[in-house]
Amino acid sequence: MATVTARTLPWYSGPRVKQAMRQARRLPVVPVALLTFLLVIPALLAPQVAPYDPLKGSLAKRLKPPVWEEGGSSAHLLGTDKLGRDLLSRIIYGARVSLAVSAVAIFVGGIIGITLGLMSGYFGGRVDSLIMRLVDISLSLPTILLALVLVAAVGPSFGTVIAVLVVLLWARYARLVRGETLSIKERDFVARARVAGASHTRIMVRYIFPNVVNSLVVLATLQVGYVILLESALSFLGAGLPRPTPAWGLMIADGRELIVTAWWVSMFPGLAIMLTVLALNLLGDWLRDHLDPKLRNV
Amino acid sequence: MQRYIAKRALQSLLTIWVMSLVVFALARVTGNPLDVMLPLEAGPEDFERVSKHWGFDKPLTTQYVIFLSKAVQGDFGTSWKWPGHSAMGLVGQRLPATLQLAGFALLISIVIALPIGVLSAVMKDTPWDTAAKIIALLGQSLPGFWLGIVLMWIFAVHLGWFPTSGKGGLQYMVLPAITLGWFQVAAIMRLVRSSMLDVLDSEFVKLTRIKGLAEWKVIWKHCLRNAAIAPVTFFAIIAGVLMTGSVVTESVFSWPGTGLLVVDAVRARDFQVVQAVVIVFAGIFILTNLMVDILYAYLDPRIRLR
Repeated sequence: MATVTARTLPWYSGPRVKQAMRQARRLPVVPVALLTFLLVIPALLAPQVAPYDPLKGSLAKRLKPPVWEEGGSSAHLLGTDKLGRDLLSRIIYGARVSLAVSAVAIFVGGIIGITLGLMSGYFGGRVDSLIMRLVDISLSLPTILLALVLVAAVGPSFGTVIAVLVVLLWARYARLVRGETLSIKERDFVARARVAGASHTRIMVRYIFPNVVNSLVVLATLQVGYVILLESALSFLGAGLPRPTPAWGLMIADGRELIVTAWWVSMFPGLAIMLTVLALNLLGDWLRDHLDPKLRNV
Repeated sequence: MQRYIAKRALQSLLTIWVMSLVVFALARVTGNPLDVMLPLEAGPEDFERVSKHWGFDKPLTTQYVIFLSKAVQGDFGTSWKWPGHSAMGLVGQRLPATLQLAGFALLISIVIALPIGVLSAVMKDTPWDTAAKIIALLGQSLPGFWLGIVLMWIFAVHLGWFPTSGKGGLQYMVLPAITLGWFQVAAIMRLVRSSMLDVLDSEFVKLTRIKGLAEWKVIWKHCLRNAAIAPVTFFAIIAGVLMTGSVVTESVFSWPGTGLLVVDAVRARDFQVVQAVVIVFAGIFILTNLMVDILYAYLDPRIRLR
């Protein structure tokens, strides 16, 4: 009976969809709007939205101030840097870089962390103590220094940055997933699946993992802001992405020595980082309160 | 308790060892370790000297024994960029400046955070409290190096109150210390606020009020003294964070400490200096973590049993 009604109703009025819509209407407006305009739209549509090529500049137009300052023109709304590249375009492409770095790093770190966390919590015993020891060590490594050694040895590149971030990120996922797995594996439906003949892998992937997803979404959201801050700090130190990538941290580094003559070169990328991370933190807090109040202390 | 300390100390040693293993492996994983240890511009006599120092002609296991025995003695080779200096000697020379800056930053962050934290607890749910929350949120979202540049722009370039960079008298230290301490302000403030809220609720505070004690004395003497326990244990963690945070701050303000040293060494591909700084910093970082854990276990017996 229930299936019949479900089929006759249009897809958007099912109870699940309705609930999702109700949730969505309560989303915090300011952070979501900020993120959409600062991160998502620029990142996805950079070639369409950006007025200029982020890597090409003309030396004739170097260090033009933003439009409202004396000498600025509407051709370059936020001015240009010392190679005459349009700042606005570079910031827009920078959103793409930040989003790409954090998405790849969190995805890879997350997969490693989730796999090891599931194994640690599910199997227990020696596997558990070995993995948890690794987690402890990885959480007590000094972040920036690890990145500096790696860069000193192999040189700065996208891959190096991702490797550093993955080493730093996976442990939190492993710890979170292990904790939840420990309690979930005692539940009845896991025992039933085992009786029905499900393999260990199948139990972990199909029965335990779906119950951890909420917490993972919260952790991942809170980590995007952290990763963006970290990546920009590494790039600023010359240990992150190589030039001439339009990374926000690199742009701030370029503007450091120009602080007396051209303040805008470092000011605008910094504002972009600050507003993006602020919005991500607000959204993460909101998600935590609504999806997973257990995580208050993460 | 002794068992717990022994266990944690062993774990810390293990972590430092892992860090040294990372350093050892990274120098050798890319093929010829000499390419990592020295920049391309280095002369043949440099290559020969470094190769002999670390025994690169010997098998990997022997190299590791050489590395470990030298590392334990604090010998990380000689610098290429700063000729005539040993890597460890350079670290020792620069460390006081970093400690000075970190200490001053800690002081500033306490001076700023403590009153704000107390007041926002006392005036909970007022605009003042909201303002404090906004400061805390900004503390987590501002990139430290950018804050440094903004402060430099406003207070050094425009107002001319402080010098832009370098080291000298106290006025050189103000902007870097605020930059370094900013992130901690938010953390300390939130801790003080939450533990003050707990204390304000307790029976003995009611008693002091019934006694007719002046309100300022109730808050600043009786409550604060009891609320300070949690934040005090937090200070050791902060010390560790300040040490690593100094890498970024020092390179913004050209503060001649170990942080600037390691960044300069990375740029010049002076790997022997890099590895010395990294091991020393990792040691300090891990040691402060260990001290915090022991302090916590001492204050809260439940932790020892875990």
